Amino acid sequence: MNHEITVPATLEKLEEVNNYIGGILDGLDCPPKARMQIEIAVEEIFVNIASYAYNPVVGNATVRLIVHENPLSVDIQFLDEGVPYNPLLREDPDITLGADERGIGGLGIFMTKKTMDRISYSYDEGKNVLTISKKIE
Amino acid sequence: MEILKNQQGSRLAVVLKGRLDTNTAPHLEKELRSCLDGVEELDFDFEALDYVSSAGLRVILGAQKQMNRQGEMVIRHVNDDVMEVFEMTGFVDILTIED
Repeated sequence: MNHEITVPATLEKLEEVNNYIGGILDGLDCPPKARMQIEIAVEEIFVNIASYAYNPVVGNATVRLIVHENPLSVDIQFLDEGVPYNPLLREDPDITLGADERGIGGLGIFMTKKTMDRISYSYDEGKNVLTISKKIE
Repeated sequence: MEILKNQQGSRLAVVLKGRLDTNTAPHLEKELRSCLDGVEELDFDFEALDYVSSAGLRVILGAQKQMNRQGEMVIRHVNDDVMEVFEMTGFVDILTIED
């Protein structure tokens, strides 16, 4: 089963994307913990695209959800035609630093890496394709 | 997200309800910027806060940094979901979290 939504890559569309994915996860009886982890991952990745992929002309982002059975899991793909960018190459933040030494960057993709079962990036036919996978049973 | 504030002298209590995400975190940042001057005790209640993303963490970190200079900050009644985010990011070590 595939589900797909394409929206302008803007922060205003985050809620629409989250509601779309959330609705599908609810239909799959996704446990609350995994649902929140996925919600955070979707927000962090979509916001990255909305913030950095396109400048100055805003393009589209497509979010595609693929359901796998036995065990029940989802792949969520994010596609954009913006500047090539692999967020997985970003260095992890040092989470042992004190408040005053802490920077503010990198936590979103860091949390995504920690909570998802798999995360991969490719640049394919002019598109950034970031895929996260999570078991939901 | 709802932000309820109660200021008494140098003590500011802030109750957050709902979601602290990319779209709501700027509201909190603005609220705090306008009222943290002279505050020595910042007391957050997160009992009704359901969700925090990295955008929310940035604002919380900013508040903690400022309060490290001018007093203290406590976060109370953190629910399990939000606590998981604090644990995974090491924020449990830099925040003062109480029941």
